Amino acid sequence: MMRLELVKRPQRSMLFSALSPFIAFALTIIAGAVMFALLGVNPLTAFNIYFIEPISQVWQLHELAIKAAPLILIAVGLSVCYKANIWNIGAEGQFILGGIVGSMVPVLFPQFEGPLVLPLMLLLGMVGGAAYAAIPALLKTRFGTNEILTSLMLVYVAQLFLDWLVRGPWRDPQGHGFPQTIQFNDSAVLPELMPDAGRANWGFVFALVAAVLVWILMGRMLKGFEVRVLGSSPRAGRFAGFGLNRMVFFAFLLSGALAGLAGISEVSGAIGQLQPVISPGYGFTAIIVAFLGRLNPLGIVAAGLVLALTYLGGEAVQSALGISDKVARVFQGMLLFFVLGCDTLIHYRIRVIGLALTKPEGVAKLEAAPKLKEAR
Amino acid sequence: MDITVNILLTIATAATPLLIAAIGELVVERSGVLNLGVEGMMIMGAVGGFGATYLTGSPWIGLLAAIAMGAVFSLLFAVMTLSLATNQVATGLSLTLLGLGLSGMMGTSFVGQPGERLPNLYIPGLTEIPVVGRLLFGQDPIFYISIALTAAVMWFLFKTRTGLTLRSIGDSHTSAHALGIKVIRYRYLAVIFGGACAGLAGGHLSLVYTPQWVENMSAGRGWIALALVVFASWRPWRVLAGAYIFGAVWIGQLHAQAFGIPVPSQFLSSLPYLATVVVLVLISRNKRLTMMNTPASLGQPFVPDR
Repeated sequence: MMRLELVKRPQRSMLFSALSPFIAFALTIIAGAVMFALLGVNPLTAFNIYFIEPISQVWQLHELAIKAAPLILIAVGLSVCYKANIWNIGAEGQFILGGIVGSMVPVLFPQFEGPLVLPLMLLLGMVGGAAYAAIPALLKTRFGTNEILTSLMLVYVAQLFLDWLVRGPWRDPQGHGFPQTIQFNDSAVLPELMPDAGRANWGFVFALVAAVLVWILMGRMLKGFEVRVLGSSPRAGRFAGFGLNRMVFFAFLLSGALAGLAGISEVSGAIGQLQPVISPGYGFTAIIVAFLGRLNPLGIVAAGLVLALTYLGGEAVQSALGISDKVARVFQGMLLFFVLGCDTLIHYRIRVIGLALTKPEGVAKLEAAPKLKEAR
Repeated sequence: MDITVNILLTIATAATPLLIAAIGELVVERSGVLNLGVEGMMIMGAVGGFGATYLTGSPWIGLLAAIAMGAVFSLLFAVMTLSLATNQVATGLSLTLLGLGLSGMMGTSFVGQPGERLPNLYIPGLTEIPVVGRLLFGQDPIFYISIALTAAVMWFLFKTRTGLTLRSIGDSHTSAHALGIKVIRYRYLAVIFGGACAGLAGGHLSLVYTPQWVENMSAGRGWIALALVVFASWRPWRVLAGAYIFGAVWIGQLHAQAFGIPVPSQFLSSLPYLATVVVLVLISRNKRLTMMNTPASLGQPFVPDR
């Protein structure tokens, strides 16, 4: 039987570290071509519609920025978590809570206008996201509860809570029964960057600023060092006096606040009111963005733009070819798979062992005792 | 009386997919592998089961297709984590994301199509016995599979040599490897078994629970199954108990909504998810219990050093 064997590299390969996202992207394109062919569409036509046409005009680049902003904001926060080996996968819920808490200002006090409204909303959005992220952090530090499952369960709870709000107490009485809140007043809407050219709003700027700040934090400051040490070796971290519990809170609060900021920016900028569904799965797609960007904030900016394109492309093939826009999800999933697979190349060389090369049983057994050889 | 029987039957129907998926994941985790892709494998099983039934007209072929779909999909996870030693948490997540997308795409043409339900067991004479008849002899076939599966896994893990080997791999893959046990091969089989179970659980959703295709119809059940394994501290009979408790919560909130209890339906719908969090907290407070039962090498990648 053919099988693969991994041979550990003495050092991590710088070459593959840089190449791996590109190889992964190329493999995704190949797999995507096969998929389109199976669906009976010429892959070249499909790729043109999927990847080229959605970004061939200036206003479309603005749409790209709108989709990329929440992905980058969330993924930058998640990268800190994952670097510290803390698994916050509930960013979708923190995004929603950020949207809800930030919207309290325009929904409950529609008469309140002026330059203070927006900063207050953004701040509340961050607080909302961080507070919601604090729940799994608290449960993990107090009781040792697995944060993966708790943070994910809270996503469902957040979605249902938002659904209740917009159908119940926060529904616009003049909204003809539609499940949505009132339209935000002008001072509660995140301004567009270049209204003449397209719809992109300040959310994209927030994303870039967050990426640069976290990049400085991770690369230039003690806290970043602490994150990396605790992530790769909690034991070494303890000897250095770094507290794991404090780190859990730091990572969850930071990523929750950024997800919350993404949520309120999306609601106030791109939507302008609360609706039952305010996210096409940004919180989950951001996980892919974080890994594709190698958990590096600057890499994440690039990865966020790529994943934003998969959303736009999904919409484009749906309207042009009648293929379900779920194709975007498939592309995103495949991309993450290939990225993770290619990352193996950074640490290992892969040897393919075929039938003919299988060693005789005895030799294989002898070699199977490396500990003995090393001991000598 | 009749109403009690009906409620018990619906609880069993709600518990069955949770039980099957959790039992499969239990075997996977006992071998030391953490597959967070249960939700993705489940939804693939659901769409595969519905699709095959729709195309062939036979829900039995649908059942087999659901199992096969889950198993094949889990193979993807196995190749990545076992042969390429990727991070299990991230790979499992991507399996779920891919599964949700792929099933949505494959199922586009199934939306709104009528489905075919797997027929309930009917044994003349026995099924008509009042009260216990329908509970024991009148349920859907997957219910019986789920009970048999639980018993079989219990016997396999704790009464057979192979089961002991599997558990030893989960506790220390390096020691098992040093003893000459084929760690990777065992884990491949365990992961594929878990995938087949998750696929079957998904098949239950689209062939018994609500015989139709609805996007994202697994609604977090895969994640609840993962929580059940932790809740059960990796013991099959506790998974059985936990699955029925969650089945009762799931049905309870549906009945409460139907009775028009003056609580918003969204709050009732969020009960199973909140219950999961509460249960996880309660179980993890007991550090000794969790520490003693958690497979020691759970989630750690293993690369045999030749």
